[in-house]
Order: sequence, then C-alpha cells, then structure tokens
Amino acid sequence: MTFDLETAANPQGLRRVAIDPVSRVEGHGKVTLLLDADDRVHQVRLHIVEFRGFEKFIQGRPYWEVPVMVQRLCGICPVSHHLAASKAMDQIVGARKVTPTADKIRRLMHFGQILQSHALHFFHLCSPDLLFGFDSDVAKRNIVGVAQAHPDIAKRGVLLRKYGQEVIRMTAGKRVHGTGSVPGGVNKSLAESERAALLKDVYQMIAWSRDAVRLVKELFEKNLAFYEAFGRFRANSLCLVRGDGAMDLYHGGLRARDADGKTLFDHVEYSTYWDYLLEDVKPWSYMKFPFLRSLGPDEGWYRVGPLARVAGCDFIPTPLADRERQDFLAYDGGNAAGATLGYHWARMIEMLHAAEGIKDLLHDDDITGSELMTRGERAGRGIGMIEAPRGTLIHHYRVNEDDQVVRANLIVSTTHNNQAMNEAIRQVARQYLDGKKLTEGLLNHIEVAIRCFDPCLSCATHALGRMPLAVELVDADGRVVDELARGGDE
Amino acid sequence: MAGRVAPVLVFACGNPSRGDDALGPAFIARVEALLADEIRQGELELLTDFQLQAEHALDLVGREQVVFVDASVACVAPFAWTEVQPARDVTWSTHVMSPAAVLATFRAIDDREPPPCRVLAIRGRAFELGAPLSAPAADHLAAAVDFFVGWLAARAGGRAAAGAAVADESRCG
Repeated sequence: MTFDLETAANPQGLRRVAIDPVSRVEGHGKVTLLLDADDRVHQVRLHIVEFRGFEKFIQGRPYWEVPVMVQRLCGICPVSHHLAASKAMDQIVGARKVTPTADKIRRLMHFGQILQSHALHFFHLCSPDLLFGFDSDVAKRNIVGVAQAHPDIAKRGVLLRKYGQEVIRMTAGKRVHGTGSVPGGVNKSLAESERAALLKDVYQMIAWSRDAVRLVKELFEKNLAFYEAFGRFRANSLCLVRGDGAMDLYHGGLRARDADGKTLFDHVEYSTYWDYLLEDVKPWSYMKFPFLRSLGPDEGWYRVGPLARVAGCDFIPTPLADRERQDFLAYDGGNAAGATLGYHWARMIEMLHAAEGIKDLLHDDDITGSELMTRGERAGRGIGMIEAPRGTLIHHYRVNEDDQVVRANLIVSTTHNNQAMNEAIRQVARQYLDGKKLTEGLLNHIEVAIRCFDPCLSCATHALGRMPLAVELVDADGRVVDELARGGDE
Repeated sequence: MAGRVAPVLVFACGNPSRGDDALGPAFIARVEALLADEIRQGELELLTDFQLQAEHALDLVGREQVVFVDASVACVAPFAWTEVQPARDVTWSTHVMSPAAVLATFRAIDDREPPPCRVLAIRGRAFELGAPLSAPAADHLAAAVDFFVGWLAARAGGRAAAGAAVADESRCG
C-alpha cells in the first residue's frame, strides 16, 4: 500500500519540484513534489540518505573501541551514539548494572547533550520562523535577524548551548571525540572543581530554559489555530519510560501508544525490540520505514522524539518541567500536544528537564565517586537503547570470541520518524501549496515542517561548497524552467 | 572565563573517519607538531570540531586573527585562501554553520565586529566513511601547511617590524 500523496496516480506530464536542501558528498536529502498544470499537488516525498555503511565501518573493530568510534557517525549527536554503544557494550562485558557513579556521570553527559542540542535547534534553527513568520522576508528569517530583533534570545541560545558542551567536556573528558563512557562504566568522575564550575551557572540555565518554554507557549497563544493545524497528523508514538512511567531519556522500557493515547505495549525490555518493531522498504527511498509489528506497515508507523516523549510519559521527574508538561498537555483541551509544531514546545520542556536534571546530579555526591567500573560474565550480544535528542536510538552488536564486532545494526531517530516526516510535509502540501503558485515562503512551509523533527543527514561530513538549497522547477519534458539556489559556494 | 587568549586561532572542521573530510583535523595535527613553540608561548591556539556551530562564536572572543580550515569540494586545488565576512545562513538543519555565519553570530551576540578571519579551504575528493585521506588530498594538505606556516611567520615578522616602528616613533616623540 502507498499513503495518500506518496505516489501520483499518473505522473506523466506533471511538473517536478525538488527542494534539495542538502547535497552532501555521500548523498543528499530532498523533498520532491509533483504538480499538475494547475499547481495541484499529486505527490510529495521526503528522501533522506540513511547511515549506510556505518555497520560495515564498525565491523572488525574490537568492542572496546566502539563507543569512541561511533561518535564519528554523527557530528551533531556524538554523545548519543557514545552512550548507546556503551550501554550495548555493558552487556558484552557482563555489566548488568553499572556503578552509581558511572550511571550518574553518563546521565549527566546525556543531559548536557540534550540541553545543547535542544538549545541549538530552537534558538538558532527554528526561532527565526516562529518569531518572524514562515513566509517572512528570507533575509531576516535567520538567527542574525533574531539577534537584531531579540538580542537576548540569540545570546541565551549560544550560552545554553555552550553550557551543555561544557557538561559534555567535563564528563566525556574532551571537547570532541570524548572517551568518558566505556564498556562497563566510565573512566572518570567529576572533579570538585568541575562540579563547582558547572554549579555556578546551572540556575541561570534553568531560568533561561523556563523562559524558553514560556516563549513557545506565547507563540502558540498568538496564533493558536494556525499552530495547531500546521502539518497536523495523527500518529502512534514510541519512547522509553522508566519503570514508574516517568520520562527517562537514558534508560527504560519501550512504550507505544496510539493516536488516542491508548497504550499498545508498555515497559517492554528493549533487548527484545525486534519482537515489536519491524522495518518496511520503499522503492523510492534508501531509508527504511519502521513500524509496530502488531499493527503492520500501514497502521503501525509512529513518531519519536520530544513530542512522543513528553506526551507519552506519565510524569517528568523534575518539578518545573513536569508543571510545564501538565500545562502543555492540558492546553486548549490537549490540542497543542497533537500539533506538529508542538515538537518545539515539548523540546523546550525537555530542555528545562535537562537543566533541572543537571542541577540535581551536580548536588549528588555519587558524581565524584571512585567506583567507576563493573564487570561480569562475558556475552556475545549487546543492545543499547537511549532517547537521543531527536528520538529513540538503537545500537545492536554481535561480538566474537576474539573481541571483534562481527555484526552491527543501528536504528537512528530519523529513521523512526521517516513516515511521520512524510506525513507532516504531505499535510503541509495539502494545506498551503495545493493549487497555489509556489513561492519561497510557501516552500519554506515544507522546511518548517521538516525542522520540527530536525532529521539527521549523515552529518559528520560537511565539506565547504556542498550545502546548497536548490529548488528546481522541471517541466513535463524534464527541462529545468526555473531554479533557485542558496547556501553553497559552487 | 580564562584570561588572555592566544591572538591567533586556527579552527579546523572535519571528521577524521570520512576520507578527505579529515583534512581539517589532519591540518591541526601537522601544525601542532610544527609550531609547538608558538602554541606553548600562547601565540597560537588550535581547535577542531566536526563542524562549525553557534557556540564557536565564543571561541573568537579576544582574537586578533582567526583562520578556519576545512576540506572543500569547490575550491581550486591545492587550496584557497580567502577573507571571510559576516553573512547570514539560510538553512533547514542544525547540522552545520558556515564560517561567515559564525562571524555573523559573533557580531549578533557580542555587539562588536568579529576579528579578521580567513578561510583556508583545502581541496578534497573522496569522503567515504572509513576511507583514509586520498593521495591528492595528502598533497594538498602538505601545500596548505607550508603556506600557513609561512604566512604565520610573515605575520609575526610584520608585527615585529610594526612594533619596532612604533617603538622608534615613540623614541622620536
């Protein structure tokens, strides 16, 4: 089966519009639209290059190298790969439960990652759209425009991001390519001087995070109907939750809910994930389409990430963030929590949770402890799962008797969200593009929907000259009749 | 914050495990070995990351000169050496910022002009995950390192000459 607007019934004679946002050296991601002579939309597809080759890259490596090596898969969320691989390798070395110090140092590192990633995403990527409007002057719709109009917002974004990076540096040992988390535990705890340095600013980070939640709420209030309707679709959701149902971004059991909030499965031990999740393939995309096995590919696709987590947990175990979660879920009878733009609100609630979580851990003496490592009975298979900033991340390895990785399987957040992202942009196309002359502002609506998810595009390669945004209008004979490019230097 | 920062910052981007994307970090490794004295004396600082991001604007504070180093698929081999001015990125992803956008961010958050910046773009060809540096890229890297070391020495010489001239002037006065 194909979904509505996935495949045009009669593609011959339709105009093809490609929004080619990233042309990377190893592939590219793009949106293609098929339009007829009256600008009616017949087909919308988001194509994103998957992490192909990563599993091969890891094969043959000794298992203890993997938590460091996998950081080179992604330059944006290396800590998520670092920790997911470490959790998988804990099982290989038989560390069924790491020490309290190791657990808390890893959680601290993860909160640092969540804080810096969410701050960057909101303040520097999405706030220009939200503050100025989706079809506002493109010259103004960027972080510099935000800085000119709202200087405090831009500065806070940078400083929140910097603080998160400092948490990572102190827990992982280095600014990039950290080595802090290892199979069975961690190789360093926090020095008292590091703890004091982080404590000095953490309350400011909490205050700014609260302000950010309020800012998103105000944006919803100002334009409620539009915000709730934009790219809206119904979907199942998937996330990890703690044993008591609390949000837990580092560890937990799998919970899936349907679009009405009914629980489909709960507290599933993630090392059996393949009993619950399967992946579909489409001929037009390299990236797979995961779905809940019990519902099948047509009904079982789901979304992951901040919106799924904030709406999917029973509570957030830090008080300020939980109060904001309750407000978000109750807002306008619950409608905001089902909106695609609700991702931004949920993301800021998680940022607040991360800031509070950092504060709590900094006051916990275990983070300066000396019991760092655990060992146990060696195993041949390890599975690590974590809630990365963009959603659920799965690392699955098999290691042979010579300690070499012989098989690896990674399912990343962007893959989980594949169908959800396609649904969001198809809905936007129906709502705003169908039957209208395309403009930069209208095409930006598509990008706004994509930005809600912030998909990851094998981002560790970024050579200069390969990041144009190109829009091509091609006529029925395949001739380029118009084009627009920005952002590259080729 | 720390006190005095090195007047010259070299900030290189790249992923060491993606073929010629490693040109940036490899440049840092070469220069670190060649200019150990300058680094030790606090005249030069070398930083590297996967890619440029907003917070890197803070690394520019207090510098006299910044050089961004990155692999390029667009420049003429072996390398290009260009001035860069603050400019805005229009992007759809958090995944990267251009040097010009980092300068623009600096100006936005610091309310001052950023220090003079140049980009040393080194021509790369192959960017496969797990691949080593290609042979042409290795040649381009060597040429870029030679150029940079020479440029830094000339800059230091120029500063020394300028300093001497200022001292002479003050003596005259």
